[in-house]
Amino acid sequence: MIEAHGLTKRYGDKLAVDDLTFTVRPGVVTGFLGPNGAGKSTTMRMVLGLDAPTGGSVTVNGRPYREHAAPLREVGALLDARSVHPGRSAYTHLLALAQTCGIRRSRVDEVVEAVGLGGVARGRAGGFSLGMGQRLGIAAALLGDPRTVILDEPVNGLDTEGIRWIRSLLRGLAAEGRTVFVSSHLMSEMAMTAQHLIVIGRGRLIADTGTDDFIAGAAPGGVRVRSTDPDALASLLRSRDATVSGAEDGALAVTGLSTDEVGRIAGAAGITLLELTAEQASLEEAFMDLTRDAVEFRAPTTGGGPR
Amino acid sequence: MTTTRPATPTRPAGPTAQRVTQARVIRSEWTKLRSVPSTAWSLLVAVGLIVGVGALYSLLRVTRPPSDPAAVASFDPTAVSLAGVQLAELAVGILGVLLVAGEYATGTIRVSFAAVPRRLPVLWGKAVVIGLTTLVLCLPATLAAFLVGQSILSAEQLDIPLSDPGVARAVLGSALYLGAVGLLGLGLGALLRSTAGAVAGLFGVLFAPQLLAGLLPAAWSDRIYPYLPVPAGVAVTAVEPDPAALAPWSGFALFGLYVAVVLALAAWRLRRRDA
Repeated sequence: MIEAHGLTKRYGDKLAVDDLTFTVRPGVVTGFLGPNGAGKSTTMRMVLGLDAPTGGSVTVNGRPYREHAAPLREVGALLDARSVHPGRSAYTHLLALAQTCGIRRSRVDEVVEAVGLGGVARGRAGGFSLGMGQRLGIAAALLGDPRTVILDEPVNGLDTEGIRWIRSLLRGLAAEGRTVFVSSHLMSEMAMTAQHLIVIGRGRLIADTGTDDFIAGAAPGGVRVRSTDPDALASLLRSRDATVSGAEDGALAVTGLSTDEVGRIAGAAGITLLELTAEQASLEEAFMDLTRDAVEFRAPTTGGGPR
Repeated sequence: MTTTRPATPTRPAGPTAQRVTQARVIRSEWTKLRSVPSTAWSLLVAVGLIVGVGALYSLLRVTRPPSDPAAVASFDPTAVSLAGVQLAELAVGILGVLLVAGEYATGTIRVSFAAVPRRLPVLWGKAVVIGLTTLVLCLPATLAAFLVGQSILSAEQLDIPLSDPGVARAVLGSALYLGAVGLLGLGLGALLRSTAGAVAGLFGVLFAPQLLAGLLPAAWSDRIYPYLPVPAGVAVTAVEPDPAALAPWSGFALFGLYVAVVLALAAWRLRRRDA
């Protein structure tokens, strides 16, 4: 359980995190979503007591992180996959971490195997790819068998197999009753991994909701319908308060009615349907709509083209 | 859920993570120190300089022995055989710098502070391992340098036995001084957080005060010179106490105080600043 109250971080004139209040609950994967520079990493560092908040407070499992006697049992964290001395082996990196709180050596071997680094753990970590670094960081996060797991952009640099592995790992950890807090700037990734979303932009809370609700609210579904008489169908649908626009191939884009309703209306009027499809707006598009005003770094848009 | 590996490895009964204690952090810091190549290199260079430079300088003095009685009287065979200490202090100090500034450079300091959120045990743990490691390696090295040097100097009957007054203290003091320089490097690394900055700071503390004092009027510089860090610290390595310097152990205590001030400032900054 992570609880933030009015969490604020100011660097000079710049508010990196602005009055964030949220709760991350155990038992589900909570995605921490926001564009680059939104304040996700700063927030996670404050949760771990690495950066001191300018205002507000945050507790992990009921108390400030610094006050835990055995912090690795409470929280396992991956902040940056490159946070390992290049001359040190993955094994000794983990061993040094384990020794701070008396974790036995066999546990180091267990997590090394669990993340699939068994064959390379004794070699210098300087030769690791970003994906291997992520796996090492995840091994470090799991070392203390923690009740809360915090991962900052864990899928960066992972291949498809690695991404699938991370998804099942995170869901498995949550199913065991742990608190799982994982950040990403990729909406589509979070939609597949997280059951709950905390969305921020420019340090401010934008949404704190279930993933399904967020998707439904942010990306209202539309219906694509192609028929033998598009004009007649369009006026019929408009009379039922639907919004209808024409597509190039004679199909209609309808919002405000379900596929069932469109089908029944057409059938009652004797219009033959050639195609009837439920369409979901792209998640990335919905996310971008939501965070448009809150994006800090953006290339100037080139005129005319679609988003 | 289908996955080829269990999501979390099952563990046998018994606690996994226990309390963080200073003793555990010292073990952890020892693992960190011994598991990076730069440690072995720095210490190898330090030991090589202590023994090698001492032997070379002894050979040099044997080929050109002091001629007149005054030069013979002022000849210090212990200092000749321990000449390498003045160079080895750089290797040891830089090792101290790397031990903590290296963690800032690689970002591992955040991993360390997430594991030990009270932070100061990490600094004290590093201090214990760098201080003891330096001392344990440098004491045999200074002893070897002394014995090798004396056996070379004995060709011209310039040698001195370890049992003479002050000689054993100078050999032990040289190793203690090197240990303290390692701690100084550690403190500067933790205070300045960057390898380049802390190495520059180390050179500054070791060499700059003497140079600056030389620019002052002689009456002033003579008065403050004994209290500068290095002149105070090396007093313990001199067999014949220099009348212009502090007494051996008072000088070393003052050097220890300077190191303690740097470490205290580093500790204060470590607690207050974001990692």
